Amino acid sequence: MVYLTRKAEFAASHYYHNPEFTPEQNRAIFGKCNNPNGHGHNYTLEVTVKGNVDPKSGFVVDLKKLKDVMNREVLDAMDHRFLNKEVPEFFTQIPTTENLAIAIWQRLAPKLNAARLHRVRVYETPDLFVDFYGEA
Amino acid sequence: MKAYLTRRYLFSASHRLHRNGMPEEWNREIYGKCNNPHGHGHNYHLEVTVSGPVDSRTGMVCNLVDLDGFVRSEILERFGLQNLNTLPEFASEVPTTENLCVAIYEILRRGFTKAHLEKVRMEETMMNSFAYAGGAEIRE
Repeated sequence: MVYLTRKAEFAASHYYHNPEFTPEQNRAIFGKCNNPNGHGHNYTLEVTVKGNVDPKSGFVVDLKKLKDVMNREVLDAMDHRFLNKEVPEFFTQIPTTENLAIAIWQRLAPKLNAARLHRVRVYETPDLFVDFYGEA
Repeated sequence: MKAYLTRRYLFSASHRLHRNGMPEEWNREIYGKCNNPHGHGHNYHLEVTVSGPVDSRTGMVCNLVDLDGFVRSEILERFGLQNLNTLPEFASEVPTTENLCVAIYEILRRGFTKAHLEKVRMEETMMNSFAYAGGAEIRE
């Protein structure tokens, strides 16, 4: 089994708000992230797939295909977007880095053929990242 | 949905690697330059990984304000800009980064209750790092 990781970067804005909370609760829990005008990050995405090395090609996965899937499923939808308003998953969920990692996993997992998705890591900043392994 | 959240912190401290009770030659041989009696310092990068279900109301594994507050008061203020050899944690242990990693893991394990502590990882320099998960296997 070999693990292969591909990185990508995207920039997006978001804010944290739960309509079930009062304005005071939203401010207390989410702090500055509750500003409804949003704020942005340069996100770094790391997608790790695992699989056996194909004896003919020497590849775990065709990197070009992995890049195409990441571009189509994630970057086209999220890069330079306001996550709360433009990405359907976040019409009902708060676009925390945790939920972003889960949403990216759910977008990628059904689209990868030969290799299996192992981990999605999303860096919100160089000092904060979330890992999701598809665990319930 | 279980997710793993990692936060990085930075602090600087000095130390001297020296085992009391062992001969000077043994210490010089084992610890080399790190045995310099005057000590030396590092900028330590600390990574704390916690895990848990993502709360459906907040979208969070745990509120970063809580994690940052705990790490600041219990770890960064305790170890930052200190000579590690003078601290009670290292009264009888050599302040290697392995032992520092374990000491910080234990402080978090005992005191931080807002999420499950997964592991503590420390970079002593850009060229070396240490990780401790309470004896559990570490998944990279």
